[in-house]
Amino acid sequence: MGIIVILILISLSIAILFLAIFYWSMKSGQYDDTYTPSVRMLFEDKKKEAKDK
Amino acid sequence: MVEVEVGSELKCYHCGQTCEEPLWLNDKPFCCYGCKTVFEILDSNDLCEYYTLDRNPGNTVGATNKEAFAYLDEKNIRKKVIDFDSPTFASVKFYVPAIHCISCIWLLENLHKLNPAILKSQVNFARKLVDVEFDPGQVQLSTVAATLSEVGYTPQINLDADQGAKPQVNKQLILKLAIAGFCFGNVMLFSFPEYLGLDHSDHNLMRIFSWLNFSLSIPVFFYSGFGYVRSAWRSFKDKQINIDVPIAAGLIALFLRSSYDIITATGPGYLDSFTGLVFFLLIGRWFQGKTYESLAFDRDFTSYFPLAINRFVKNEWKPVVIYDLNRGDQIRVRNMEIIPADSTLLDAFAYIDYSFVTGEAKPVKVLQGELVYAGGRLIGTPVNLVVEKKTSQSHLTSLWNNDAFKKISESKYQKIIDSAARRFTWVVLAIAVVTFIYWKVYDPSQMWLVLTAVLMVACPCALALAAPFTFGSMLRVFGRNNLYLKNADIIEKLASVDTVVFDKTGTVTHGRTPEIKFEGHLTPLQLGHIKLLTSYSTHPLSVLIAKSIKVTSTETAEDFKEFSGKGIQGIIHGQRYKIGSASFTGSITQANPLGTHVFVSIDNEVYGYFNIKSSVRPNFKTMLERLSDKNTSLLSGDNDSDRGSMQKLFNTASSLLFNQSPHDKLRYIEQLQREGKKVLMIGDGLNDAGALKQSDVGIAITDDTGVFTPACDGILLGEKLHMLDQYLELARASSVILKTGFAISFFYNAIALSFAVTGYLTPLVAAILMPISSISVVGFSSVAVNFIAKRKLKNIKNLS
Repeated sequence: MGIIVILILISLSIAILFLAIFYWSMKSGQYDDTYTPSVRMLFEDKKKEAKDK
Repeated sequence: MVEVEVGSELKCYHCGQTCEEPLWLNDKPFCCYGCKTVFEILDSNDLCEYYTLDRNPGNTVGATNKEAFAYLDEKNIRKKVIDFDSPTFASVKFYVPAIHCISCIWLLENLHKLNPAILKSQVNFARKLVDVEFDPGQVQLSTVAATLSEVGYTPQINLDADQGAKPQVNKQLILKLAIAGFCFGNVMLFSFPEYLGLDHSDHNLMRIFSWLNFSLSIPVFFYSGFGYVRSAWRSFKDKQINIDVPIAAGLIALFLRSSYDIITATGPGYLDSFTGLVFFLLIGRWFQGKTYESLAFDRDFTSYFPLAINRFVKNEWKPVVIYDLNRGDQIRVRNMEIIPADSTLLDAFAYIDYSFVTGEAKPVKVLQGELVYAGGRLIGTPVNLVVEKKTSQSHLTSLWNNDAFKKISESKYQKIIDSAARRFTWVVLAIAVVTFIYWKVYDPSQMWLVLTAVLMVACPCALALAAPFTFGSMLRVFGRNNLYLKNADIIEKLASVDTVVFDKTGTVTHGRTPEIKFEGHLTPLQLGHIKLLTSYSTHPLSVLIAKSIKVTSTETAEDFKEFSGKGIQGIIHGQRYKIGSASFTGSITQANPLGTHVFVSIDNEVYGYFNIKSSVRPNFKTMLERLSDKNTSLLSGDNDSDRGSMQKLFNTASSLLFNQSPHDKLRYIEQLQREGKKVLMIGDGLNDAGALKQSDVGIAITDDTGVFTPACDGILLGEKLHMLDQYLELARASSVILKTGFAISFFYNAIALSFAVTGYLTPLVAAILMPISSISVVGFSSVAVNFIAKRKLKNIKNLS
C-alpha cells in the first residue's frame, strides 16, 4: 500500500510544479498580449540584420 | 506590378481612400501629400514591406508638425510621460489608436530603421500601445513622437492615463482561478474512494487522503476565496448585505466544518464541494469581467484638450502645460488644434469648429477682439489669442465641476442580485435558527453539525453565478453587435430605462458628412466648373461643396476673387461664375431662411442653390416608431433650423429642445430623473458629457471606435443606432432570464436545505447537488441569452 502513497506524492509534486510554472508565466506577463507575438514571428528580416532581441 | 483599381475609383496606395485628385509616384496613386510623404519616407528607408503585408495599410495623414510635440521636452511633462529614464537609455509607452493591422505592427517594430537612435520598439496590438526604447542622448522625446506621427501613427498622450491598472486585476483573478481549479481537481481525485464507498477498506489511506485534501484547500480558502470573506466583512460593517455575505458564511461554514471533521477524524469533510464552489464562483467573476481594453469609458475633457500650448513669454514662444495658463497670456493655436481656454482673438479673423461644444458641425467665423470658447477647434491658419479665463473655469470645462462628476454611481443603484441576496440571507438565517433550536431540543449532539450543514448548502453559489453568466453572455452579444458596455451591470440599468434622450448632431444626424443637394439645374460641365472654383477657396462651405461634386474639370479659372462674407467668383470659358450668398449672386428667390444655402449664378443668371443640411441616420425613424412605448426627447446645441424635419421624425409627445448648452442638457436629464424617470442618454460630443454622466445610462455614439468618446457607460457604433430598441429589449429579456436563473437556484437550494435540516447531508449528497445546481444555472443562462439574442437580432435583420 506504501507504493500508492509514493505515486500520489510524485504525481502531486509534478502537478504543483506545473502550477508553479503557470503562476510564474502569468506573473511575468506572458499572457498580456496574446496576438502581437503570433504576428511578429512571421516577419522576415530581409537583409539578415541581427534583430536586437 | 502595382495593382490599381480600374475605373474612376482610384484607391490611395497608402491608406486605401478614394483619390479624387490622385498624386502619382512610382506609378502608385496617393490621395494626399501626407500619404505620399509617408510612402517616400518608407521607400527611402527600405521599409516598403509595409505595403506587402496588408493592402492599403496606412492611415490618412493630416498635417504633421514637429513643433506639435515640442512640449514633451519640457522637464515636468517628460517626467510624467516617460517610464524609465537614464542618460543613455529611456523607455516610453505611447498609446496609438491608429494601430489596426499587421502592417502597423511591422512598421512600428521597425522604427529603429527610421531613426537609429530608437533602440527598440514593441507593439501591444490589443491595447494599441507601442513601447519605445531610445537613447535620450541622441534623440529627444519630442522627435520620437514626431517620428511616429510622420508615418501616420500619431500617439495620443494623456498625462493622467494610468495604463496597466486594469489587466493587473484580471491577472490576479486568473491566478486565483488557476489555483482553485488545480486544488478542486486534485481534491476530487482524492475524494473518489469516498464517492465509491471504499472508506472502510483502508483506514490509514483514507486519513492520508483527508489530510492531502485539507492541505490543498488551505490555499483555496486563504488565497482564492478570501476575497469573498473580505468583501462580506466590509459590507457587513457598512450594514449593507450584499451577495457576498451568504457566500462567505457558506464558505467559512464548509471550511471550518471540514477541518473539524478531518482533524478529529470523524469524517471526510466537504472539501470537494468547498473547492468546487470557489472555482465556480471565480469562473463567474472572470466571465463577467470582460472588458474592452482598447476602448476608454472614463475620459474627461482633458483627453480632448492639448496637453500644452505655445505661450509668448519674454519675446519667445515656449510650450506650457495648459493648466498653467493664466489670464492675459498670449498663446498661439495652430490649424486643427483645440483652443485650450476661453480667450479673445488677436488676429483679424478665424474659423472655429465648435462641434465639441455645441454639436454644430459648421465652423463659425470669429472676428478680432471676439471671444473664442475653449473646446473650439481652429480651422485654417495659426492665430494668436489672449487668454481670458483659466482652462478649468472656461465655459465648457466648468461642466466637470458639476456634482454629476463627483458622485459614485454605485450608491444610487440597487442591484437586483443584492436585493435578492438580502432577502435570501434573512430566510436562511431564520431556517438555521429554527433548525438549531429544534435539534437542541431533540438531539443536542447533532445540533452543530446540522447548523453548519444548513449554512453550507444555503451558500447561494448558483444565485451568484446567474448574474455573471446572464449579463456576461449578453455583454458579449452586444459586443458582437457593436454596442460596447463598460461592464455587465449596465445591462441591468438598461433594462429599467423608460426615457430615451437623443442628442441631435452626430447622433440623430451624421455630424461630419452633411447632405448637400443642388436645388435647380446644372449640367455636369458646369458642376465641374463649380468644383474647380470652390476648390480654390478655403471657406468651409466651399470645401464641403467641392467635396460633394464628383465631376472634375481640367480647365483653368481666370480672375478668381474671394469676397469675404459674400462669396467667390471667377471666369471659366468666358463665363462669369458667382457662388455665394443670395445678394452676392443677385438672387431674388427667397429661400427658406433656415438652413444653409449657397447660390450659384452664371453670367448673372441665377441657376439655383446648394442646400446643405445634415442627414438623418438611416432607419432612425422606424427605430423611433418601435420605441414608442418610451418617452423620447431630443436635445440639440444648434439653432432650431432643423425643427421641422425633426418634428417629422419624433412623435408629437416628444419634446424637442434646441439651443441647449452643455449645462442645459445636464439639467434637463436631472429634471427628468426628479420626475422619477430612468433616463438613457444617447450623445456623441464633449457637449453631451454632462448629460451622459448624469443619466442612468449614457451611451456615446461614434462612427469609429478609435475616435475619442466622452465618459460614458457604453459606446455604440453609429450605423447600429437603428437597433437601439432591440438592445433595450434584449436588456429586458436578460432580466427575465436572470430571474428564471434565480428560481432554478432557489429550487436546488430548497432540495439541499431539506437534506440539511433533517440531518442527512452527507459529503456525497453535497458533492452531487452543488455542482449540478451551479452547472444548470450557468448552462441555462448562457443558452437562453444566446437563443433569445439570435431570435431578436434575426427579426431586426428582416425588418431593415
